[in-house]
Parts: sequence; structure tokens; C-alpha cells
Amino acid sequence: MIGALDIVVQGLLVGGFYALFATGLSLIFGVMRLVNLAHGDVIVLGAFAALFLVQQTGVQPLLCVVLVVPLMAGLGYLLQRAILNRTLGANILPPLLVTFGLSIVIQNGLLLGFSADSQKLPMGHLTIVSVSLLPGLNVGLYPLGVLILAALVIGGLQMFLYRTALGTALRGTSDDPVTIRLMGIDNRHIFGIATALSFAVAGLAGVLMGGYGNFSPAAGPQNLLFGFEAIIIGGLGNLWGTLLGGMILGVAQAIGADIDPGYQVLAGHIAFLAILLAAPRGLFPRMA
Amino acid sequence: MRDRAAIVFGLSLLVCAAIPLFGDNGERQLGLEFAATLTLATLWNLLAGYAGVISIGQQAYVGLGGYVLFALTVFAGMPVLAALPLAAAACGLIAMPAGRLLFRLRGPHFAIGTWVLAEVFRLSAAQVSALGGGSGMSLPIMSILAISHSRPQRLLDFYLLSAALALATSAAVAVLLRSRFGLGLTAIRDAEAAAASLGVDVMALKWIVYVITAALTGLTGALLFLQNVRISPDAAFSVNDWTANVIFIVVIGGIGRPAGPLIGCLVFFAFRAAFAGYGAWYLIGLGGLAIAMMLLQPQGIVGFVEAAWRRRAPARAGV
Repeated sequence: MIGALDIVVQGLLVGGFYALFATGLSLIFGVMRLVNLAHGDVIVLGAFAALFLVQQTGVQPLLCVVLVVPLMAGLGYLLQRAILNRTLGANILPPLLVTFGLSIVIQNGLLLGFSADSQKLPMGHLTIVSVSLLPGLNVGLYPLGVLILAALVIGGLQMFLYRTALGTALRGTSDDPVTIRLMGIDNRHIFGIATALSFAVAGLAGVLMGGYGNFSPAAGPQNLLFGFEAIIIGGLGNLWGTLLGGMILGVAQAIGADIDPGYQVLAGHIAFLAILLAAPRGLFPRMA
Repeated sequence: MRDRAAIVFGLSLLVCAAIPLFGDNGERQLGLEFAATLTLATLWNLLAGYAGVISIGQQAYVGLGGYVLFALTVFAGMPVLAALPLAAAACGLIAMPAGRLLFRLRGPHFAIGTWVLAEVFRLSAAQVSALGGGSGMSLPIMSILAISHSRPQRLLDFYLLSAALALATSAAVAVLLRSRFGLGLTAIRDAEAAAASLGVDVMALKWIVYVITAALTGLTGALLFLQNVRISPDAAFSVNDWTANVIFIVVIGGIGRPAGPLIGCLVFFAFRAAFAGYGAWYLIGLGGLAIAMMLLQPQGIVGFVEAAWRRRAPARAGV
């Protein structure tokens, strides 16, 4: 009984990572209908940026967030203004193909810089501290912290989108990109801001993930798929649903891993397909 | 001018296609690889360029076709040539419900959904111990020798099969696009909403194209792994080998253009021959080239040449 509860709790905790993977992906899709196929690679890029800083300075990996997040945001803004803005339009093909190409470029760039080896950020004892809730049921403080952080990021984004002028401009651009320009708002800049935010969250996710599990230049696509599954399970456009979707995905994977370690990722994918079959709009669809 | 160029181009292609007939093993191997890649690119162009179905998970059917062929040969003792059409049929059958499920996802989300499906196939194949798990399996030597005892002869047979498949696929796609069905597809490509309002059943057409391409992609995969003699989950369901390269080929050649896959293949194989030794730099260059093409020349090389011809001979371009 405790064993089953433990599997569910561990799965729920991992959901924080997946929600962070998903948030940046969901944000730019919401604002400009762009699906960034390189999103998983951007997360891995964040992890490698932190690894580089740690190797150069020996600083505690979590502190890298201070530098990695703004750097990634800047990179996102530049990428949107220089490349991605040119791909937007009625045709969904150009943004998909350009970001797919970008994914290959990032993966191989990281391969050149860091080799194909599996890496981990040296977080020290931070990732192994846990509190015992019940005998046989331990909760790791690190993943718990990530889950809380994911909720804070999502809450903060909601506040930003609904309470600030810039957030209103973002939502306006999403609702009606033509009319919003009549209000004197520059779409290209707004899209740049959205991608900057997306990359910032991806950078944060990358550093946090990099300290908890292994990562390699080839790990990007898997992160993309986990984030994507969290979004669809939770219901497109519902950020809180995405958090729950991530947790459901985590539980499915934990159950799979308990049966056989080889089933961990597979069980998550199958849960995703089963939910797509049973509830095509996700479990928590946004009210119309 | 244009006609003469087309004739010269066609003749030189025929000469190139004949080289493996008299060439050595390496040339035959390259020839069959070219033909198989051309088939995959033609199918992806039909999917993305005409039906507007963007899949980044076609490796699902390359690998599935390969595994079905191996399983039928090893467990049912079937001759490989008899197993080939069954591998195609199995892929088409699986694609029917898979397509129904994935089309619940719209546009770009469908694309990622196809990738999830391919990962499900890859991870499942790695879990089945009868299929050799993660390390894969080989074809029994007897079924290889049954094709022919001489390796050059086998490679020649495989080359002819692949070339026939590439030709048949190209011809079938060309005929398909000229039919009433193809008219509907072209209408979808040009304006999906307008096509739907004029009575084109967009979803049904997309689903049919998805199933047909799955079957033929599976047949190509079966052929590729038949000549390879070995299959493993990572090689069979590789997104880089069977989808990324194919996408780059179609984008560089010209997406939604009948000649796009062929021109893209020629450029890709030349680029690979020249730069593959540079490893990661080569892939960065290929990805960068595809990005630049999409941004600067979205109609690809074929679109560029067509536009140049139109400029040079405006009188012949018609209205």
C-alpha cells in the first residue's frame, strides 16, 4: 500500500519538471501559434550553459540561473526577431521546418562543444535531501522545490498576462494580430518578448533538470515530447492544466518504471495516447 | 530551351541510373540508397507538400516495415520477397487507426504526435526479447542466400527493386495528383478552408494520404533493412536518418513541387559525399542550409529555377 502511494508521489513530484518544459512551449503557441520543435534542445542548451559556467568558475550550479535565464531570454528575443518572425503566417510549414532545422543545429553544436557524453550538474547533497512523510514514504526536497517553483512560474505568468499592460498586449496579439497593430503595438516586438519568456523558462528548466538527471546533446527531443504531452493531457491553452498534465505524465512514467525500468518513458507515451483517445481536448479543457 | 534542358537532364539521369548495373558493390549500394531516399522524399512531399500533413514521425513506418519483414522471415519462415508486400500491408493497416487517433491533434501538434508514435514503436521494439530487444536481430543466412549466393548479384537485385519502387512511387504520385483526388489535394494545399467549403472532405483526404504513404514508407523500410541484413530499434526508428534528412531534401529541392524530391536528393547526396567527413559540422551545415532555404527561397531550388525561366522567357510562360 505504502509502496503504491510512494510510486504515485514520486511521479507527481517529477511533474514539476515536465510542467516547466511545457510552459515555454505553450506560451509561444498561445501567442503566435508557433510550435518550436527545438524547444527541448533549448532546454538542454540551458543545462549546458550552466555546465560551462560551473566548469569555468566552480560556482554552485543553482546560482547559474542568475546568468543563464537572462542569457536565454536574450537569445530567444534575438532568434524571434532575426529568424522566427519571418516564418509566421497562415502556412504552418515554415515555422515547423525552421525550428526542426534549428533543433539539428543546436544538437550538433552541443556535440562539438561538449561531446556526446552524458552530463550532470554537480548539485552536491541538495538533490538527495528528503523528508519522511510516512514510514516508507520519502519526499525529495529538490523535486518538491521544482514542483513549487513550476507552480510559481505558472502563477507569475498568469499574473503577467492578465495584470500588466505588456501581458495584455501579448494576449491581444494572440487574439487579433491585425487589430492590435492599430493600437500602436509592434507585433514583432511582442512576439520577441513571448519567445524571450519561453526561453527564460526553458533555461530555468534546463538548469533544474541538469542537476537532477543526466543530460546529453541528444536529450532535447525527449524533453520536447514530455512537455508537449503535458500540454495536451492538461488541455491546450490551460497553464494550470499543463501543471496537472505534467504530474499525470510523471505518475504514468513512475508506474511504468515500477513494472520495468524499460517501460518508464513508454508508459508515459501510452498514457498520453490513451488520454488523446478518451479526451481529445485534454483532461482540463479551457472553458470557451 | 526549357524542353532541351529537361531532355538533357533526363538522359543524364538515365545514364546515372544505369551505372550500378555495371558498377561495383559500392556503386550498387549507393544506387539503392539513393533510390530508397528518393522514395521516402517523394512520399513526404506528397504528405506535406500537397496534403498539408506534416509528419516528423515517418520513421515509425520505416522501422515497422523493417521489423515486420524480419519477423515474418524469422518466425514464419517466409521468403523475403513474399514478406515485402506484407510489410507494406501491415504498415498501412496500423496507420489506419493510428492516423484516426493522431488527426485529433491539429496542425503543428499533429507533427509532434507522429513523433510520439514513432517513439512508442521504438521503445516497444526494444522491449520485445523475441525481436532481440535493444540490440536487434539479423536475417537468417539461409533467407539471404535464397535471393542469390553472390553478393554483387544480391546488391544488383536490391538496387533494381529500390529503383523500381522509386519509379513506381514517383509515377503513382504524378498520376494521383492529376486525378480528381489530386485536385482535391492541391486545393487543400492552396487554401484548406476554401477547399472544405467547396465540398472537399479535407480530413478524409488527409487520412487516405497518410495511410498510403505509411504503406509505401514501410515497403521502403523493409527493402532498406533487407539489404542491411540487421535491424535494431535505434537504427530502424531513427528520426535523423529517415525523417530529418528527408525533410531537408524536400525543402532544399522544393516542397510541393513534383521535381523537388529528385533535385533535393541530388543536392543532398552531393553535399553528403563532399562534407559527411566533417561529422557534426556537416549536420549543422545541412540544418542551416534548410533554414536558409525556408527563409529565403521557400519554393526550393525547383521554384527558383522556374521563376528564373519565367523571367527569361516571359512570352512562353503563358497567362
